Amino acid sequence: MLAFVVRRILQSILVMLAVALIAFTLFRFVGDPVNQMVGADTPQAEVEKMREVLGLNDSTLVQFARFIWNALHFDFGISYQFRQSVTALLAERAPATLELALAAAAFALVVGVLMGVYCALRKDGFLAKLFQAVSLVGVSLPTFLIGILLIYLFSVALNWLPSNGRGQVVKVGDWWTTGFLTVSGWKALILPAITLGLFQMTLIMRLVRSEMLEVLRTDYIKFARARGLTTRAIHFGHALKNTLIPVITITGLQLGSIIAFAIITETVFNWPGMGLLFLKAVQNVDIPIMAAYLMLIGFLFVMINLIVDLLYAFVDPRLRAAMQG
Amino acid sequence: MSLRKLLLVASTTLALGITMASAKTLRYANQGDLKSLDPYTLNETTTNAHLGHVYEGLTSRGKNLAIGPGLAERWEILDGAKKWRFHLRKGVKFHNGEDFTADDVIFSADRVRAQGSNFQTRVPKGAKFNKIDSHTLEVELESPNPILIAQWDTWYIVSKKWAEANGSAAPTPAAATTPSHIALNANGTGPFRIESHQAGVRTVFKPHAGWWGKPEHNLTEIIFTPIPNDATRVAALLAGDVDVIEPVPVQDIARVNGSDKARVLAGPELRTIFLGFDQTRDELLESNVKGKNPFKDVRVRQAFNMAIDKETIKSRVMRGLSTPSALMIAPELFAFSAAYQSPKFDPDGAKKLLADAGYPNGFEVGMDCPNDRYVNDGQICQAAVGMLARIGVKVNLNAQPKAQYFAKVLKSGGYKTSFYLLGWTPGTFDSHNVLHDIHGCRADGSPRGESNLGGYCNKEVDALTDKILVEGDSAKRNQMIKQAFDITTKEFAYVPLHQQALAWGISRDVTLTQRADNSVLLYWATKK
Repeated sequence: MLAFVVRRILQSILVMLAVALIAFTLFRFVGDPVNQMVGADTPQAEVEKMREVLGLNDSTLVQFARFIWNALHFDFGISYQFRQSVTALLAERAPATLELALAAAAFALVVGVLMGVYCALRKDGFLAKLFQAVSLVGVSLPTFLIGILLIYLFSVALNWLPSNGRGQVVKVGDWWTTGFLTVSGWKALILPAITLGLFQMTLIMRLVRSEMLEVLRTDYIKFARARGLTTRAIHFGHALKNTLIPVITITGLQLGSIIAFAIITETVFNWPGMGLLFLKAVQNVDIPIMAAYLMLIGFLFVMINLIVDLLYAFVDPRLRAAMQG
Repeated sequence: MSLRKLLLVASTTLALGITMASAKTLRYANQGDLKSLDPYTLNETTTNAHLGHVYEGLTSRGKNLAIGPGLAERWEILDGAKKWRFHLRKGVKFHNGEDFTADDVIFSADRVRAQGSNFQTRVPKGAKFNKIDSHTLEVELESPNPILIAQWDTWYIVSKKWAEANGSAAPTPAAATTPSHIALNANGTGPFRIESHQAGVRTVFKPHAGWWGKPEHNLTEIIFTPIPNDATRVAALLAGDVDVIEPVPVQDIARVNGSDKARVLAGPELRTIFLGFDQTRDELLESNVKGKNPFKDVRVRQAFNMAIDKETIKSRVMRGLSTPSALMIAPELFAFSAAYQSPKFDPDGAKKLLADAGYPNGFEVGMDCPNDRYVNDGQICQAAVGMLARIGVKVNLNAQPKAQYFAKVLKSGGYKTSFYLLGWTPGTFDSHNVLHDIHGCRADGSPRGESNLGGYCNKEVDALTDKILVEGDSAKRNQMIKQAFDITTKEFAYVPLHQQALAWGISRDVTLTQRADNSVLLYWATKK
């Protein structure tokens, strides 16, 4: 078991190094950061000096080595645009992204399961057909379009919800800000959470529906009916519970992508999270932020996969046996 | 209800009414960020405008960009513009309560010229600042400079005591390993102070109660949020979530004006958009003409000037929001602009000129163009490609994001372009800058012509430029500028296209003065 864990961790480190290397190679093509850092009529000598000080004239390999060395100390440098520590900037933005991701995942899970169950139970009902159709829209429309449509409908036309931002946030502890404690925070969360969670919601709905239909055909359900249990007990006590195992696995795995793909939703709603920071960093060739963000997301995926792998090994006796053998 | 109770109720209602009426929060969204609060870090219009609410210079620029008194009440030009005497305003307080004195100016003059400052050229290197008394100082220059103060409205004065006490005596350098205090905090003399600042997210300004001037605004708070996404920014204005946005994308102007909540404030901007040619290389980098450079031939440059239809670009690409230009400087900035006219749009004549120059079938050339820097820059280039095709010139357009574009075409990238689009606003609002920076002959080790990407060069223009710098008499000066522009337009150094328009979106409850340099200055805003 220990050997397996160590092997997986070593593999994860390799993956992280690969992510760092690829990211670094890409940075060579995003343009020259110095031109974004100074005004247009800055003397060239000054620009040259700046390049030198920033170490941009060193070879990629030297820059890469320096980056890895600093990253090992959790030092991602100073943002070119903001002249602030990248670690602090990301930490400051992380609560916004995590709260949005959490709300989106919760929305996807709750609504997805409810709609999925309904569709399975009333297979031929009108509403079930409607849900199916809506889910198609959710899968096929791009996120930014959904976001803009929602803004124009609920903010501009109806004026019910704010069009952008996080609303009033409250500081909790030293480094967390939350929008969950204010009315405007909740109002601001609704549209982005729906936009971000819509794709996952339709995924979960379809998954629950097909799993549930499958489970409803099994022998133990028939047997439960024969025992004279109420329909409600059969549907929710037996069928739904057995449906949820794959759903939970999927949701857990999707949480990583929700955080990573929040970039687009955050841009459309001007949500002050890490994704928006990253996108602006790309436009301004702010390499320290881009590098740190990519590493963070890479780390997130690697961690989730590592945990899932370990959990599988823990849960599945066959895997465990194979490892010991 | 007793009389006393009634009075109480009435007065409470009144008091409430007054507080409600006086709580005026103006919410403003710009596509760009307010990055560092250090006023010497980034010399860029948006940043300068933001910080202009908080900091002040010795001079100021009014609504029509005229230079007026700022922290200096008045000044005298002595010794043929070699010596300047400034009388500083008395009773000015920094936001932390300190008094403003000549020491702060001398400190700021050193700080702005120090390593890491992006404003080093604001104050000449050899200029000596001598303190006469606490509110008078003299500036001694190595050579006469009648336009010394042209950009001093954005050379912001920093408190010496405060900066030194907070380890911010030197400008925040680009490669700082720890953020400096002044990058995150501000202490100026301006009409607003910064209440809170979260870079890239939100900055809150509150009026500075001890400001020396008389406020023209009626605001009690300004909340600034950067919204980089165009659609989101416009939606925020239409939804009433913000009161002022800059800019409004050209294609959204009609929609904003059609809404009952907001309108567009449009006007001419000072930036001139133009096309430039590589006139230095003996063979163009990107062309099928080998062994010679067609752009060295003035007839080819003239043909290009005649082939571009500026009116069509205005009506089709800019949707009417541009002022076609015959000069490389905006008409607001040069008195004799009206004397110049663009060559007539004449594709047949242009074709003939090309044939005379030895290109009867035209030629092929690569063109570099940014696609996220100026208003509709990518589309302007596409339109130019189509127009040049009519005279037989096949243009291979390479439109890229500004980060890549500038990396390729600027000096740091080795001027790797044959034909390009660029925009230029003279930082000094003066022709000298245009002649020096984009018409001056390039030479190694000299800042002259560093932004002259195509390398146009005429020694006569250079000589005039040097004379223009030191000429104190404005009539003579204008005459010399005209002489220089006569030469450059006759030689078709560039294809000036237009001055783009400013488009700000403002709520119908807000009135605001639009300054032509695109500085959004909310101390001139009132809100209903």
